[in-house]
Amino acid sequence: MSEGWCCGRSLALFALVILLPIWIARGFQSDELLQDDEEFGLEGGRPAAGPKPSTNPVRSPIRRRPDLDPPSGSADSNSVQFSLEHNLGGSEFSPAGTFTARLKSWSHGGQTLTKLRFSRNALTEGEKRAFERLLKEDGHYTIRVPSNVLNPSGEDYVISSVRARCIPRESLDEHFVIHTDGVNIIAVNYGSAGACRYPRLLRYPAKWSFTSYTVLKNSEQAPRTPTFAEELLAGEDGLGEGVKPPEKSFWAKYWMYLVPLGFIVMNAMTQAMNMPEEQQVAGQSTSQGQVAQRAPTTATTTAVRRR
Amino acid sequence: MAIRACLGLMILLVFSSTISTALFEDQVGLADWHQKYIGKVKHAIFHTQKTGRKRVVVSTEENVVASLDLRTGDIFWRHVLGKIDRIDQVDITLGKYVVTLSSGGSILRAWNLPDGQMIWESILQVSAPSKSLLHVPANMNVGKDNLILVFGGSSIHALSSTDGQIVWRKELSTNSLEIQQVFQPHESDIIYALGFIGSSEFVAYYVNYKTGEVLQQSKASFKSGFCGEASLASDDVVVALDASRTYLVSISFRNGVINFQQIYIPDLIPEFSGKATLLPSKYNGILAVDIASSIVLLRVKGVNELEIIEKINYPSAISDALPLSKEQQAFAILQHDESRIHFKVKFDTDLTSEVLKETIQMYGQRGNIEKVFINNYMRTDRTHGFRVLVVMEDHSLLLVQQGEIVWSREDGLASIVDSTTSELPVEKEGVSVAEVEHSLFEWLKGHFLKLKGTLMLASPDEVAAIQAIRLKSFEKNKMTRDHNGFRKLIIVLTRAGKVLALHTGDGRVVWSVLLPVLRKSETCGNPFALNVYQWQVPHHHAMHENPSVLVVGRCGHNFDAPGIFSIVDAYTGKVHNSLVLEHSVRHIMPFPLTDSTEQHLHIVIDDNLHAHLYPKTSDSVKIFLDEMPNIYWYSVEVGKNIIKGYSLEIKGEQDMAENVFQPKELWSIVFPCESETIALTATRKMNEIVHTQAKIVADQDVMYKYISKNILFVATVAPKASGEIGSATPEEAWLYAYLIDTVSGRILHRVSHQGAQGPIHAVVSENWVVYHYFNLRAHRHEMSVIEIYDQSREDNKDVWKLVLGKHNLTAPISSYSKPEVTVKSQSYFFTHSVKSMAVTATAKGITSKQLLIGTIGDQVLALDKRFLDPRRSVNPTQSEKEEGIIPLTDSLPIVPQSYVTHALQVEGLRGIVTTPAKLESTTLVFSYGVDLFFTRIAPSRTYDSLTEDFSYALLLLTIVALVAALLVTWALSEKKELREKWR
Repeated sequence: MSEGWCCGRSLALFALVILLPIWIARGFQSDELLQDDEEFGLEGGRPAAGPKPSTNPVRSPIRRRPDLDPPSGSADSNSVQFSLEHNLGGSEFSPAGTFTARLKSWSHGGQTLTKLRFSRNALTEGEKRAFERLLKEDGHYTIRVPSNVLNPSGEDYVISSVRARCIPRESLDEHFVIHTDGVNIIAVNYGSAGACRYPRLLRYPAKWSFTSYTVLKNSEQAPRTPTFAEELLAGEDGLGEGVKPPEKSFWAKYWMYLVPLGFIVMNAMTQAMNMPEEQQVAGQSTSQGQVAQRAPTTATTTAVRRR
Repeated sequence: MAIRACLGLMILLVFSSTISTALFEDQVGLADWHQKYIGKVKHAIFHTQKTGRKRVVVSTEENVVASLDLRTGDIFWRHVLGKIDRIDQVDITLGKYVVTLSSGGSILRAWNLPDGQMIWESILQVSAPSKSLLHVPANMNVGKDNLILVFGGSSIHALSSTDGQIVWRKELSTNSLEIQQVFQPHESDIIYALGFIGSSEFVAYYVNYKTGEVLQQSKASFKSGFCGEASLASDDVVVALDASRTYLVSISFRNGVINFQQIYIPDLIPEFSGKATLLPSKYNGILAVDIASSIVLLRVKGVNELEIIEKINYPSAISDALPLSKEQQAFAILQHDESRIHFKVKFDTDLTSEVLKETIQMYGQRGNIEKVFINNYMRTDRTHGFRVLVVMEDHSLLLVQQGEIVWSREDGLASIVDSTTSELPVEKEGVSVAEVEHSLFEWLKGHFLKLKGTLMLASPDEVAAIQAIRLKSFEKNKMTRDHNGFRKLIIVLTRAGKVLALHTGDGRVVWSVLLPVLRKSETCGNPFALNVYQWQVPHHHAMHENPSVLVVGRCGHNFDAPGIFSIVDAYTGKVHNSLVLEHSVRHIMPFPLTDSTEQHLHIVIDDNLHAHLYPKTSDSVKIFLDEMPNIYWYSVEVGKNIIKGYSLEIKGEQDMAENVFQPKELWSIVFPCESETIALTATRKMNEIVHTQAKIVADQDVMYKYISKNILFVATVAPKASGEIGSATPEEAWLYAYLIDTVSGRILHRVSHQGAQGPIHAVVSENWVVYHYFNLRAHRHEMSVIEIYDQSREDNKDVWKLVLGKHNLTAPISSYSKPEVTVKSQSYFFTHSVKSMAVTATAKGITSKQLLIGTIGDQVLALDKRFLDPRRSVNPTQSEKEEGIIPLTDSLPIVPQSYVTHALQVEGLRGIVTTPAKLESTTLVFSYGVDLFFTRIAPSRTYDSLTEDFSYALLLLTIVALVAALLVTWALSEKKELREKWR
């Protein structure tokens, strides 16, 4: 076990050294956890202790520091710690890990959480047994974090659950998406790192350790309604007219003359009238209906057809 | 020839397809109906002069002031004041204006009696909304400057009745003053205003009517306190109830000297127990006291002498006094006796004998009498005749005259709480339909008329006849199921606890029942109707049984009050079963699961978050237990700003025996109190059907809609901006929109709108949500759309994967998988503020959707969903145009023809309900408020059926003519050929 550990640790170190510049280069581009990142071999990895400048999103490999008693709220005004607690089917929650985040103060007075890192406590034997039982009965594995990380009142917790059978893969893969608003946690989306197939089959992990992925999400602004200048609107209308296929507008304009004309032509001709002409008339007649109606009606008919 | 016929038909079709989505004038009333109501009547004022005699002016609890025809009960005119503009009092002044006092005594309006036009409106400065009194001095000579006095809070306003100008205003400068009685002794300029200060002090003011000067003021305190009710017994004696409601306190205030005199009620009325109530009445020296079991009439002989005149046993009601002459007043007593009502009129001068005594047979489910208003008229023999306007327990209004119910109005329908629909019975063999069907001759005649109309040969009389035939189509009013699913029963629950079934054909009431459990009783003092659900919808098994609905109520307004269940037959209105539950009702979750008798399973969550399963049969428990691991539910705690998700579990044997399930908290979302408060939540309709997950976009590309029944839309606003529009600056206001999966508690999407505030209205359907709010920065209302698409199925577009079977199209979707979704959104300006929003629903979900928007003008506007497509762009490409994407504009168009309610208004609009018809193209729309409106709409037009107006006769005629022409030409050509051959 310990050898595997070391191995994993060096592997993770290696991976970190390689990946760090890539992460920095990516900067704040994406909030999304990409599936490919799983290949980086962070499972079970244990990097050297000490804060590393990580970027957002943070995918921190697990760190086992069972000796670390997570204090709620930190003396350091710049960083804040809050604990993750879990419930393995009983009624009590027990500490399971610690989140560390950097508090960033803005000039307008607001504070936000950034640079989230997470360290998971190792599962004790009792917890392992409880987890196995959860797997067997397809129970819920529940976690919680305080909703206010600065001064946890001990009352308001943000809770999230997943069916225990969704978690095991190679190791126990978990994925946190923490939705924050300033320094408040609104919700934690907790679940497996990928899909959770249904029906859920009983499967034990090869390694009884957690591989954690964390993503911090702030709200995004809604796209603004574009405000048009009057001219633009008018110009566009004109443009729309111009773009219209000339044949169509021709029909739209003169169909009322053309249809009687068609009649007359047809009357004049003998029974040996050829089919293509008829088709044309038929085809045109439907388009006339649409044009006369302008946009809304045209689209209703097409919308139906499209489905 | 055939070609020509074909072409003719084609042309015909082209012409018919150019008909716009709007209605033609003559189509109004074909598929829609509109019913006008006023609500439960609070006050009624009869007018005695000239044409006013035929009318009664009423004000109602729905804040309607209306003038009704006394002969028929029709509405001459009515005005619906706003939801917050509660009418306090109504009166008539100058013989031609109706005066209404509303909004806690702060708005006084005058309406013209004949036509209801507003004459003037005055806004009064009232310190705090309180009980207010309107005093319109009677017997005044017209022409004199008549003042209307308004007592509200601690001030008196006198307004000129001709123009509403404030003539004088007097502050009585006392806090917590409540004026109880105002009167003006005959031919005097002094107004007496009597009231209480706080709960223990009685005060009498003598005010000069012309100037507002307080001539005299006297106060006295009474140590056991008053309960706040007082009744004027004579010019110098007022009778009040003490705080415990067991003592009558007669107060004399002659010449400014106040004397109290207590009378213990049990001394007077030996059987009295409990609490008494004074009935507001203005009789000369007579007092009406309501003790729990009966109404007691007392005569006030002196300050300390009361005498029982009559006891009227419950249920009964007593009217105000109606002055007949200076000395004589009449009043009416109505008393229930099973289904009969005894109606008595007495004069206050002679209480032992009755002037009028009638017995009225009462049919139908109307409950007890709640209010009576008396009116007199001159009989043909020059004696006094009396009629009464009666308000019943179910809020209906009746006019009783000469021992008959002259007319009745079902005004409970103005306060619909909830509604559902029920299918009609299937037409059976052997059931004669001959009465409803036309004879063949009639049918032909009708079609011949229609044909004439189409060919524009009809005379005006015939046109009218055609219209009458169309409107009175027997087809639409039949009591059986139809092929298109247009005929249904709309089952509505009103606030009075009455359930009514309305026929969708013409809106008539098929049956009605006032639920016994939702009536006031000893076990349930304050019952309160909540919802109506479909309980049993027989289709496979139990086909012979009638469908039934479940009506849910609560005993009292608190969440912990016990719940009420009642199961009502949807065809007959028979109450199958009703019970008062042992637990409270907080949420009700109807399940799609049914037991063997097709009863839907319902879970009731009580106040302790315990879940109770109904129906309580072993069969249903078995079905439920199978599904229990997959049942999740959530609760929104608005006050605490928390949304919690739960599953169910069984703890212990007792729970199992009682079918009680415990909640297990799975997730919670906590909104920070300082920056967000929950303003609105919305979910998809459980019975909504989505035709396909795939959406084909331009260039033959496919997008997969994220279709989950568990999507919850939550909108939160800044606490500062949770008030009315304008209460916060744009910087202080913001709105967050959330899409939450209610199984796992995941936030699928979260977006903020800066400078936006409520009121918010939202509608969720398929994979999209549309919400409406106010944009403070742009000073306009805005509508936003969020569409959510599933990315996990994107790979299926690869043809090779499909061929090799490596697709995941058939894999079940789990809420626990990490969602791979993309979101598209867009915002548009919208002109109207919105009262209610809904979306059309069709049987198979193929037809495109329309949003139904209840506008501030109480109309329903149909807005095509395509206008709210987030993929709209300024210059759509050719392929996008083909797809039907409309070029982007910054605001949504309002096409006048797209008002579903055409020229009508659904006053006080509160809700819009859509139900799919069997015909895929058509949705049934029922909107309710004070009025009711029903219609059916086809968002993509009726592409799957011929219109009802389609002239079969014309088609037949054309074919016959063609055949005839064919024969003639054939014969001619034969002849010609023969001639050729002979030549």
